[in-house]
Amino acid sequence: MSHEAASTQGAGREEDTAAPEAARPVPFRGGGFTHRRLGPVAPIVFLAIIALWEAGSRAGIISPIALPAPSEALGALGDLVTTGMLWKHLGASIYRLGLGWVLGSLVGISVGLMVGLFSLARAGLLPLVSALFPIPKIALLPLFIIWFGIGEGSKVATILFGTFFPTVIATYGGVDNVDRNLIRMGQSFGLSWLSIVRKIIIPGAMPAILSGFRISASIAIVLLVAAEMIGAETGIGAYILMAGALFALDQLIAGVALLSMLGLAIAWLIGRAERALLSWRA
Amino acid sequence: MQLILQGISHRYGGTNVLEDISFAVGDGEIVCIVGPSGCGKSTLLRIAGGLERPGEGEALIAGKAPEGSLNPLTYIFQDFALLPWRTVAGNVSLVLEDHGIETKRRRAIIDDVLSRTNLSDFAHALPRQLSGGMKQRVAIARALAVKPAIMLMDEPLSALDSQTRELLMDDLVALWQRERFSACYVTHNLAEAVRLGRRIVVLSRRPGRIREVVDIDMPLAERPERLVELEKLQRRVWEIMREEAREADREISDVA
Repeated sequence: MSHEAASTQGAGREEDTAAPEAARPVPFRGGGFTHRRLGPVAPIVFLAIIALWEAGSRAGIISPIALPAPSEALGALGDLVTTGMLWKHLGASIYRLGLGWVLGSLVGISVGLMVGLFSLARAGLLPLVSALFPIPKIALLPLFIIWFGIGEGSKVATILFGTFFPTVIATYGGVDNVDRNLIRMGQSFGLSWLSIVRKIIIPGAMPAILSGFRISASIAIVLLVAAEMIGAETGIGAYILMAGALFALDQLIAGVALLSMLGLAIAWLIGRAERALLSWRA
Repeated sequence: MQLILQGISHRYGGTNVLEDISFAVGDGEIVCIVGPSGCGKSTLLRIAGGLERPGEGEALIAGKAPEGSLNPLTYIFQDFALLPWRTVAGNVSLVLEDHGIETKRRRAIIDDVLSRTNLSDFAHALPRQLSGGMKQRVAIARALAVKPAIMLMDEPLSALDSQTRELLMDDLVALWQRERFSACYVTHNLAEAVRLGRRIVVLSRRPGRIREVVDIDMPLAERPERLVELEKLQRRVWEIMREEAREADREISDVA
């Protein structure tokens, strides 16, 4: 029956493209479930919270004993700059963080590559890594103080160990995920073992290694503060501890803000490294 | 150079995948291997190029590789196997870097193979910027750079759409006219097999055995004009395979 209807309508050709009377648009059901880039939202949220906080403090809703106003914390930060203590604390912290994280990452990548490449290393080291990774490294700090001294050694060692384990896990996971066909291709063209590792496996594992960096850097900051709270005179952790002991809450907030900025700076640096090293992905 | 497979059998775990396969690829000859899916075609090719050890039998090469051949047995892969972090030129360069060729000569080889595959304009592009057909051309350029004696091609056109496949097929035929390489060409596409093969080795379903070897004594250059005859050949190969393919389709696979 529908065939007949079609053939009778077919006689009037012009009518084919003209919309019949009851025509209505197809209801749209797509869209959603994607993200748009909303650049200014983050700073607006950030500033709004600080403004609310400041207003609350001035109006007396937030007691200065419970939480100092942001302007007071800014004042404490200003004091740090004018007395020159900022660079002393920040310098000491960055030195420990940099040294511990770089050494931990280097050793972690080497061990991770070995676990990824050699069955013996995997069988021997992986259970060890699994056993030691969950230990809070800060619990070992007294041990590290005995081994490496109360000075810089024990703090760097804490950060080094904290960085080492997640880096090992990220690296060997990255090596495992390298496309086997690419390795087979390398072998089929007679590439040497070293060339396959250097030109195929390491670049292939790079995305995983870099996302491991993000995690290990955050762990390193946490451990830095913890280590500086035990037996240190300088460093952001020591500054926060001192402020807490004196109930100088404005200084405490200033110290926490410094840590947050340090974290942001590191995340930005890793983002830059990703863009430089992984430009082939996009 | 010749490639000779003698009594190759292979098993994965408890499953026989190949059983007593023997054939030879002569000088300048393209031998196509067809068979239902899962019959061990790709395994056979990996054994032929020394990427896997056969359970029984052996893969042999006879005769001398041509002068200056860096890698006599060279693969072309279905998934192209290009390094995504290297440019087109860098991917070709990769296979030359281990041979201690000085930079200037290496660059000359790269330029030469890229121009032979019409890729000169894309030398600095990354693989992700290229279409599938272009990627496979890069893989062919990379293979040519090491002057292979025998090409081992594992479904090289299967990941491409049918128009690109036609274009690349013409490229391959033109290339063969010029270079007269030997090749072992694995495919599931019978039209490709009758267009390119001097001989077609038809495998049975798992465990793969040689069902029949079909000789096609028609020069490659004449084949586009004699499509009717090719069509007949293709149907003949399909008749041999049909039952095997149907059975293979109904099998439950326990081999990855």
